[in-house]
Amino acid sequence: MTTALRVEGLTKRFAGMIANDDVNFDLLPGEIHCLFGENGAGKSTLSSCIFGFYRPDRGQIFVSGEPVHVGSPIDAIRHGIGMVHQHFVLVPEFTVLENIIVGTQRSGIGLKAADARKKLSRICESYGIVVDLDAYVWQLPVGRQQWVEILKALYLDARILILDEPTAVLTPGESRILFNIIGEMCARGLSIILITHKLAEVMQSNRVTVLRKGRVVATLKTSETSPDELVRLMVGRDVSFSVAKPALAPGEEVLAVEGLTARGHWGETVLNNISFSVARHEILGIAGVAGNGQKELFEVLCGVRKPDAGAIRLRGEDVAGLTPRALMDRGVGHIPDDRFREGLVPEFSIAENLVLGWQRSPKYRTGLMMDRRAIADLARDMIAQYQIAARDETVAAGKLSGGNAQKVIIAREFLHASGLILANQPTRGLDVGVIEYVQRQLLKKRGEGFAIVLASEELSDLFSLADRIAVMFKGEIMGIVDPRTTTIAEVGVLMAGGREGGRS
Amino acid sequence: MSQLFHEAIIISILASTLRIMTPLLFSSMGELVIQRSGIWNMGVEGTMLTGAFAAYLVATLSGSLWLAVIAAVLAGILMGAIIAFMTAVLRVDHFIAGLGLNLLAGGFTLYWFQSYIRGRAQPTFSGFEDVDIPLLSDIPFIGPILFSQRALTYLALLAVPAIWFLLYRSRHGLELRCLGENPKALDVKGLSVTARQFAAVTFGSAMTGLGGGFLMLGFSDRFLADFTAGRGWIVVVALIAGNWKPKGVFIAVAAFALLEALATHLQVLGAKVPHQLLLSLPYIASIGLLMGLRLRPGQPARLGVPYTRE
Ligand SMILES: Nc1ncnc2c1ncn2[C@@H]1O[C@H](COP(=O)(O)OP(=O)(O)OP(=O)(O)O)[C@@H](O)[C@H]1O
Ligand SMILES: [Mg+2]
Repeated sequence: MTTALRVEGLTKRFAGMIANDDVNFDLLPGEIHCLFGENGAGKSTLSSCIFGFYRPDRGQIFVSGEPVHVGSPIDAIRHGIGMVHQHFVLVPEFTVLENIIVGTQRSGIGLKAADARKKLSRICESYGIVVDLDAYVWQLPVGRQQWVEILKALYLDARILILDEPTAVLTPGESRILFNIIGEMCARGLSIILITHKLAEVMQSNRVTVLRKGRVVATLKTSETSPDELVRLMVGRDVSFSVAKPALAPGEEVLAVEGLTARGHWGETVLNNISFSVARHEILGIAGVAGNGQKELFEVLCGVRKPDAGAIRLRGEDVAGLTPRALMDRGVGHIPDDRFREGLVPEFSIAENLVLGWQRSPKYRTGLMMDRRAIADLARDMIAQYQIAARDETVAAGKLSGGNAQKVIIAREFLHASGLILANQPTRGLDVGVIEYVQRQLLKKRGEGFAIVLASEELSDLFSLADRIAVMFKGEIMGIVDPRTTTIAEVGVLMAGGREGGRS
Repeated sequence: MSQLFHEAIIISILASTLRIMTPLLFSSMGELVIQRSGIWNMGVEGTMLTGAFAAYLVATLSGSLWLAVIAAVLAGILMGAIIAFMTAVLRVDHFIAGLGLNLLAGGFTLYWFQSYIRGRAQPTFSGFEDVDIPLLSDIPFIGPILFSQRALTYLALLAVPAIWFLLYRSRHGLELRCLGENPKALDVKGLSVTARQFAAVTFGSAMTGLGGGFLMLGFSDRFLADFTAGRGWIVVVALIAGNWKPKGVFIAVAAFALLEALATHLQVLGAKVPHQLLLSLPYIASIGLLMGLRLRPGQPARLGVPYTRE
């Protein structure tokens, strides 16, 4: 059988580092082929090289057995290759239709919107995709934006589709729908390259290629492998999926929130009468589908957003409405969900990011000047301790892969916080090795006597880490449950807005 | 003050409003195209100045005003090509590129001007005359305001709907707006971001140069140092005040021109209000507008951010 796509000896270097090293890869017609590997293994880089977005230093690409030159996305599109990028490439100010048709016409002056509409409604109908073509993309929830990305590729008649972590931003329900659509595409002869960190999704593919540090470690038939084997290949060691949580009696109360209410930009209620408390040696999990107030809750707790009503007590002191700096001085550490926008300054070096926010501390300065030596020493320490994959401490944080960028944030917050850690989606988009690592670190801090508030969309994470789980829905807490006496299904009901039935 | 309400005065104020608007309209519509493509061009002033000087040079040398107009456009294209090369190709910081160009244009036009007039009386030309449109210009009140203007004024007024059509109804406009909002979205469709930004900047600068040319040919008979006197900056403000929309920019330009026309007339009539205060009104109004309204801001998301792939 001829391959739909074949890559031979592909090598891609970025300044000073090798992202893809002599990669060989092939894709059969009608198959789902997973790319699996750690953060920074080179999956996105390989995809971008196939799509002609990056220019490989060496290597040859074959489409249907013929050698082809892919020097730009235009060549890729001509050969029927489509790509959905890891981070959306959409224009929020455009409608769905405009996002799909922009740049697809090669002649004429008018927009030919009517023809496009016809073609698109045919595609949507045949796959059962529901989107409003005239909605503005900024109005759409992220899950829907994913359909727009997929439609962009289908509209250009892609026969080979690269999906780079499409489910990272989808709810479990949306992911299921996506997999149905992917199955339908394969049935029609499209070939799919799928990148995902979620093992359950990897196991739905036909074959898997495991990448480690830019090299192909193995290509396996999915039916002949197991999640354990894949993870072993990926990180080169065994990873335990359930971290052991020692039983610890909660100590005195650290954070108490009472009747917290907050409004959004347009005056709508985003947090409604929230009350909970966290004690030393305790992890309070926050469950809920993204966008139900978790982000706003963390913003209020770390001082970025002003509450409208309610009390926040930190070790007995009312801290509602204090500035982030005042809260940091009181030992609050915050791991925000948007790494590159809120957690780091991408242009700053790792060393600078590690002291960001604490740059005034006498530890990091000599008089008015920053103590570069002390900061660099600290950074080298942290890079070793947290095993951050980077050439040295002067690398810009924006150049790090997602997992390594997250390690920088965790290192900074764990180093400076004392007593309370707020972690919003700390494992999103991370590979299983790093997830395990982050979980261990959180449990270690719990053991040291920290109080931790941890939000996650992965219920299994919360069940293995949290001592209690608060479920949020539309800005309210639907109930606070004990993971030892509650099932995932029961939490699922609360997440969908059902009230807690009697249990406390 | 009450003399202001005489019909003749009102007609005169409104007619000069339209005349003052003309160069600003050309330039601001050109800049709208440029900024919508993501290039924050700060070289408007220099481009207008160069256009004005080119028009002066050709008008006095050849005696043909239309050749002078063409010269202004060509000067604009040349300036645009320089800015485009620096910003779209070399990816120099847009502010630095524009400010550098302004300095260059100021010094260069002055130098050329002085060597051109050395040792002789400064040559002059006679600028554009009003064109009375038959019948229409005889309509009372409206006729003298709208239908007794310079030919280029009609063209400038037509430029507003034309640019609107380009931006919102043509595929080129969609691609152009895409450049300003998210150039990568165009790049992944296989279109060259650099080539399109280059085209947008040279096209827009041609219009900007034309605006400078009209400033020369419609208002004056000679060149002076710093001839444009900050009009390029007014264009920059008009874009912000107009929220990067053709209609909004048109209104901003019209408001500015009306206030300037009022100021000049009041001065002639001997009013006590300081001229400078009146002239600052449009700026104050636009800042107030920006602060007061909670509009979805129309500023292109990637305005002024050089685009690279890796
Ligand atoms: N534009 C760039 N400039 C420099 N280095 C880069 C660039 N893009 C990626 N890299 C580096 O190349 C390596 C591979 O990155 P890539 O994005 O392909 O990883 P990935 O496997 O997709 O990871 P993730 O699972 O986090 O998305 C990383 O070490 C990263 O730091
Ligand atoms: Mg990636």
